Amino acid sequence: MHIVIIGNGIAGVSAAQSIRRLQPDWRITLVSGESTFHYSRPALMYIYMGHMRYRDCKPYEDSYWTEQRIDLRRAWVTGIDVANQRLELHEDQPLPYDKLLIATGSKSNKFGWPGQDLEGVQGLYSLMDLKLLQQNTRECRRAVIVGGGLIGIELAEMLHFQGIDVSFLVREKSYWDNVLPTEESAMVSALIRKRGCDLRTTTSLDHIEDNGSGRASAVVTDGGDRIECQVVGLTAGISPNLDLVAESSIATGRGILVDRGFRTNTDNIFAAGDCAEIVAEDGGRNLLQQVWYTGKQQGAVAGEVIAGESRSYDPGIWYNSARFLDLEYQTYGQVGFRVPGEESLYWQHPDAAQAVRVVHVDDRVIGLNFMGLRFFHPVAEGWIGAGASVDEVLAGLHEGNFQPEFAPQRDAMAVQSLRAQWKGRAA
Amino acid sequence: MIDARTLSYDFDEEAGDLGPETRPSSGPGFGGGHAESQNDGVFFGSMTARGVAGWIAGLLLTAFYVVLYWWPQYLDAGVGLVDPLARGLSGQPADRWFLYGLLYTGAILVFGVRMLRKYRHVRYEQLRTLSVMFFQLGFAFLIPQILKALNEPEYYFSYFWPLKPEYLQPWNVDYLLQHPGRLGVFMVVWGAVMSFVAVPLLTHRFGKRWYCSWVCGCGGLAETLGDQWRQLSSKSRLSWWIERVVIYGVLVLVVLTTALLWINYSSGGSMFSSASGALAKWYGFYIGALFSGVVGVGFYPILGSRVWCRFGCPMAAILGIFQKFFSRFRIRTNGGQCMSCGNCSTYCEMGIDVRAYAQRGENIVRASCVGCGICSAVCPRGVLQLSTDGSFGDRYPGSERPLDALIATLANAPKQGHYGTEE
Repeated sequence: MHIVIIGNGIAGVSAAQSIRRLQPDWRITLVSGESTFHYSRPALMYIYMGHMRYRDCKPYEDSYWTEQRIDLRRAWVTGIDVANQRLELHEDQPLPYDKLLIATGSKSNKFGWPGQDLEGVQGLYSLMDLKLLQQNTRECRRAVIVGGGLIGIELAEMLHFQGIDVSFLVREKSYWDNVLPTEESAMVSALIRKRGCDLRTTTSLDHIEDNGSGRASAVVTDGGDRIECQVVGLTAGISPNLDLVAESSIATGRGILVDRGFRTNTDNIFAAGDCAEIVAEDGGRNLLQQVWYTGKQQGAVAGEVIAGESRSYDPGIWYNSARFLDLEYQTYGQVGFRVPGEESLYWQHPDAAQAVRVVHVDDRVIGLNFMGLRFFHPVAEGWIGAGASVDEVLAGLHEGNFQPEFAPQRDAMAVQSLRAQWKGRAA
Repeated sequence: MIDARTLSYDFDEEAGDLGPETRPSSGPGFGGGHAESQNDGVFFGSMTARGVAGWIAGLLLTAFYVVLYWWPQYLDAGVGLVDPLARGLSGQPADRWFLYGLLYTGAILVFGVRMLRKYRHVRYEQLRTLSVMFFQLGFAFLIPQILKALNEPEYYFSYFWPLKPEYLQPWNVDYLLQHPGRLGVFMVVWGAVMSFVAVPLLTHRFGKRWYCSWVCGCGGLAETLGDQWRQLSSKSRLSWWIERVVIYGVLVLVVLTTALLWINYSSGGSMFSSASGALAKWYGFYIGALFSGVVGVGFYPILGSRVWCRFGCPMAAILGIFQKFFSRFRIRTNGGQCMSCGNCSTYCEMGIDVRAYAQRGENIVRASCVGCGICSAVCPRGVLQLSTDGSFGDRYPGSERPLDALIATLANAPKQGHYGTEE
């Protein structure tokens, strides 16, 4: 049995590990054109800023793959020959498979802006992009970033590190306020401005100007403002990378359509991670998850299914984390999901950038947000999974305290304020 | 279809570095005060990434130790310069060891201030740095000088056997006991109590960090002067293997040396007389001078800041055994929040692949961890927490008693997979 996995990101690698654990004798090949070895994609920014080298971002020593008998193949797949069960490779012989996992991840969104394909205009997703950024920022004094998500703010931090002035165009009223509640979003927006970044809210890109030789020279906003720049970062979200399946018989929606066992409509072909769209059996919303953690979980389950286990993916309690410049953020459960009947209790430190949000429906807690405070994942997950009440959560908030030793403790202060709000609401 | 630009991409994984080609002069980035942002440009710096400056610094540091041990006459000018200070403190003339102590203490204080600034938002790092500065200045510099001024034995209350093997060797114990006054007796009792009572108790409560990164002078220098080079320690499994062989080898050697000296002493010099003396001398030269000084500090800019602590120190070896099997200390991982970026492993001066545990959601319970806390400070997702709470079973899932864990570790040793026992 030969399993081929396209993509050595976290989903592909997690699948390979599951398969090896369950099927010691199967042949496993991981194919990627980007790099031979798996690296941590979220660490791209740290390579650029000199915190780490590329080799430091590899989660496993190179010898690991030999030991695990997982073959690594550095090649670009250019097509899937479904009928003959083989992959077409760029400048190489076709690669036959018995079962195939597509884990090609995402691509940066481009919305057909005039000038979006000029030199100096780029996204930030891969090593290719990082290499391009290195070249693009050699002579750059000013850059414009379009789109205010997590990648946008990372790119802003990277460019600022290089001494480049950054204008950050955000379509929303406040940074990432389509995901963050108003107060948290305001907190991050204030921080971005405080650090000297030109944040322009409710501003979209109209077009990018050509300098006459195919290079970007300025950005013009929807309000007609012209910002001269040498680099334009397009970070208006990501979409499933469907390059390989677009012209095949493999069914796609926004992503590659799969069931909860990550099977596509085609025998022996599976898809997992960012590129997969899990079809809801009950006619509800399909599931498209595009963060590191879900890639890891989806890949692990997909691998088990491929290895012959009977498994069904359960997304569990949602969680995520990020860092906005120097502000840490953790979220658990449903915050900003616009659940009917949701309300929230919110505490924010009067001076420090620290906040706690408890989202609840009636007296049941459905989500938690932490800004500038570290909280213990299993505790939050346990509460939300068990449908804990607001009183239980407030009484036990200190149990999930994950702040470093000697760090200022905020439990008492936060709980006092949250409890007062909760009592006020009951009365 | 994949576009042509992608197909023409040619990233060289061996060369592999993708930062800007020149280190920007703009200073720290947006991250501002955050501990992690203090690492901006570390791998572009000549001094911090084994560039020319790093090699020169390494050569100079090494040369200083070589001169100190073997050609002290070249330090005469420096010794002369600090002579008034020595006379002021102890009433006695300066020698090269006074000069060395002064430089050593100065380095810890100056680079300690740098550390305090760098980690101004991480209180654990601040307290720890103040602590090593205090112990170096007071216990390892001023008190010994004052003792000399009072005609008492020169004694370092912050160093114990086996880091200072002579403190439990017969000739020194004899000397202290026979010294007029009661202070000598106190020193012998202090040394024995610290080595055999305080070490297990404090390590059980706090982990080996109470000594290695709060008190010890070697640790103090590594954590202050050496901090800029912490990222250069090797994280390979090979280096971990070498570490275990060498450090426990040194421990066996120092125990053996001490035992032979005492057997010889109690037999009135009839057993192992020349052998034990020769072994002690050999140990003093190769381990005490060559390893802890020349390699341990001289190679900071090449091998990272904790070479001696990681590969050589017998004290660290003992503390490590207690930490691994009889301590409440461990680093907790925050559930599934790790995204494998590698900052923790990169900045671990002890060469622990912290990420290997964190990405599996496991606690980090390693003998070598000195509890410096930097992994927790540089983690961009708040995944790591130094902790002394919780039960033993919480540290070692599946084994409720220390001995079970010890036996399991020994039994599984040959079968261990890539990291620990998985796979």
